[in-house]
Amino acid sequence: MKSAHVRWLALIAATGLSLAACASGTADDDTADSGNSGDESEDAGSAFAADAELSGDLSIMGFSLGDEIAEVRYDEAVAALGEVDVSLAEGELDIQQFLSSAATGQPPDIIYANRDQIGTFASRGALLPLNECIAGEEIDMSMYREPAVEQVTFEDSVYGIPEFNQVQITMANAGLLDDAGLAIEDVNGSDWDAMEAATEAMMEKDGGKLSVIGFDSKMPEFLPLWAKANGADLLSEDGRTAQLDDPKVLEALEWAVGIYDLQGGFGDVKAYRDSADFFGEGNQFATDVLGAMPMEQWYVNVLNDVSPDVDMAFDTVHGLDGATLAFASGSAWAIPAGSSNPEAACRFAKTMTTVDTWMAAAQTRADARAESDKPFTGLLTGNAVADEEIYNAFVEPSGSEVWDAAIEATYEANDHTFSLPANPADAQFKTAWQDAVNRVLNGQQEPQAALEQAQQEAQSALDDAWATWDEE
Amino acid sequence: MAQSATTTPEAPRDSVALRAKRLSRRRNTRAALLFISPWIIGFLVFTAWPIVYSAYLSLTDYDVLNDPSFIGLENYQEMVEDPKIRLALWNTFYFTVLQVPLYVMVSLGLALLLDKAGRAAGFFRTAFFLPKMTPPVAVGILLLLLFNGQDGLINTVLGWVGVDGPAWTTDPTWVKPGLILISLWSVGSSVIILLAALQNVPQELYDSARVDGAGWWQQTFKITIPMISGALFFIFIVNTIAAFQTFTEAYTAYFGAGNSTYSNDAALFYVIYLFQQGFEFLNMGYASAMAWLLFVIIMIFTAIQMLASRRFVYYEGEQR
Repeated sequence: MKSAHVRWLALIAATGLSLAACASGTADDDTADSGNSGDESEDAGSAFAADAELSGDLSIMGFSLGDEIAEVRYDEAVAALGEVDVSLAEGELDIQQFLSSAATGQPPDIIYANRDQIGTFASRGALLPLNECIAGEEIDMSMYREPAVEQVTFEDSVYGIPEFNQVQITMANAGLLDDAGLAIEDVNGSDWDAMEAATEAMMEKDGGKLSVIGFDSKMPEFLPLWAKANGADLLSEDGRTAQLDDPKVLEALEWAVGIYDLQGGFGDVKAYRDSADFFGEGNQFATDVLGAMPMEQWYVNVLNDVSPDVDMAFDTVHGLDGATLAFASGSAWAIPAGSSNPEAACRFAKTMTTVDTWMAAAQTRADARAESDKPFTGLLTGNAVADEEIYNAFVEPSGSEVWDAAIEATYEANDHTFSLPANPADAQFKTAWQDAVNRVLNGQQEPQAALEQAQQEAQSALDDAWATWDEE
Repeated sequence: MAQSATTTPEAPRDSVALRAKRLSRRRNTRAALLFISPWIIGFLVFTAWPIVYSAYLSLTDYDVLNDPSFIGLENYQEMVEDPKIRLALWNTFYFTVLQVPLYVMVSLGLALLLDKAGRAAGFFRTAFFLPKMTPPVAVGILLLLLFNGQDGLINTVLGWVGVDGPAWTTDPTWVKPGLILISLWSVGSSVIILLAALQNVPQELYDSARVDGAGWWQQTFKITIPMISGALFFIFIVNTIAAFQTFTEAYTAYFGAGNSTYSNDAALFYVIYLFQQGFEFLNMGYASAMAWLLFVIIMIFTAIQMLASRRFVYYEGEQR
């Protein structure tokens, strides 16, 4: 009797384990086959060519049709694929979902990712190098902005086609500046002493509680910006050496955190910042509770939409040497290793980012803005030629010096960007420096000790990741 | 021989009956296994196999995308030297030790109140349970709003009684207490379980106690709590396990959507660090080793609680 039970259980267990083992085994094999190689397209007998007739399916992950800019370009790109059956899973790129699909050998055919994720994926063989795609589809990479291309270039191979670009500009409440006898130049980053004075001049407290933030240095996210303003990069050009213990980085951190200390500490400023209606009519500028801050250019559109009459002043962010600078971030199209239709993916990425496609999207946006009697504030893309053509064709004086200044500052910033180079341990590197800044902001560590710890953590992660890459 | 001769006529009948019985039992067993087999297969494929496989992965260097390579106990050695493991464990123990008793006490308190609510009990039962329906991500966002140091509801209320509330969401000293308090948002399910247990306590026990002059406190501690100790133990043990695995609210508020770059070490719970290692840093081998350490810790604590329950938990009908 007992032995019969055991036989049954053994049979069921064996069936289950076999099923599980089959699934797992297949996954590993496929991944191993598809990873670390740029020759999948050749293996599959495929060829990238600008005039090739395409067929099959194309699955897209990480992209959303949130507005007319996305919709117009998506329609154009789908049309360029001819007979290809395109399926789009809308939403931000879900890393877990992408990794799981890649691990099981069934990745999407193309992904839309942040550019800073590209190096990590590429170093692990999760992405196809696009050299053949670029050559076959005759994609002119010189059109794309250099910092954007650098972000998607890992060990001399391009792994992504840059799409949008994001830059920071200085945004200030003109009324508060005037009341304090200040000008936008006092808060644009070019003179840190002047900015401290401006912070104190505009900051107000009511019954011991912060009621007006003088200046928000937007930490921790803008440490790379302030470090660059002080002449330092967080990471070496080759992406192998962390430079978080550079005295200039330390100086930048101390200054940026000091801005909060002047206003009662980071906790007070953050709590007040978090309580604001950031995207609504009651935003910090409209309610006169924020003097100035650096912010990504998209916030100009938000302000223009929800509070068009707010008295603002705009400028680029400047380094201590007076030069304009902006920390570029943004998105890119990349083709996963194991993509079943890399040719269609390549054509799709190309079409989504060509000058003509961007122009068509900009036309639609400009028409929509004109219809609602609002100025077209431009589009910032990773394509420098498209940016210029869009600016020349669609950006016109809005009749408001304030918003025109914002647009000018945005375009100027876009011409003076820098970025962190692609590397195989971007997430650990970022976590290391952000944790360091947070420890300082939370009062847990002094700036020097925090950056020394971050340097160790970041370098250790980089060394491990690069060692794996170099071995392979 | 004689004995054999006398028993021989009975033997075939016994044997046939026994065989029929065995056959019937075997049929029943086969049918039972057939019915339960979907679950068994599901368990083996989706639970047992991942557990076994994660044990293997914990001995490898695995980045999810490429084949795992065997490295022995290196991940475990690295964990010993990793200061963030110590920090995450400390945060998790702190949270568990304070949150679980508080959670159980609040649940019990509300259940006792509900038990006395009479006709209104149905309404309050629903009202207490409704917050449990809130997705944990929303609770994480709610935490940032309620506990905002500038104008959050908690500090506003504290201000009415002259207390200058702390910076709950940024001061490392107050981050964990804030998370403990917000976890009480979802006591509803425990309240319902305890209420059901309370309503099963025989009324005669209270009547007898009252006749003997027992007051409310005596009734509660001598009758109510012993009689619902099984339910209390269940809530205690389940919440201890959940507290060790706490993730969503803290991750949302301090590491995820609520904050793109701001984070707070004080909220770095063990499972959050495990998630970072596995899915952000792609160190799945290391994350698997971390998962096994957590499994062992939870197992030890559960075993201790089970042992303690022999002394403190009363099950109706149990012989002692």
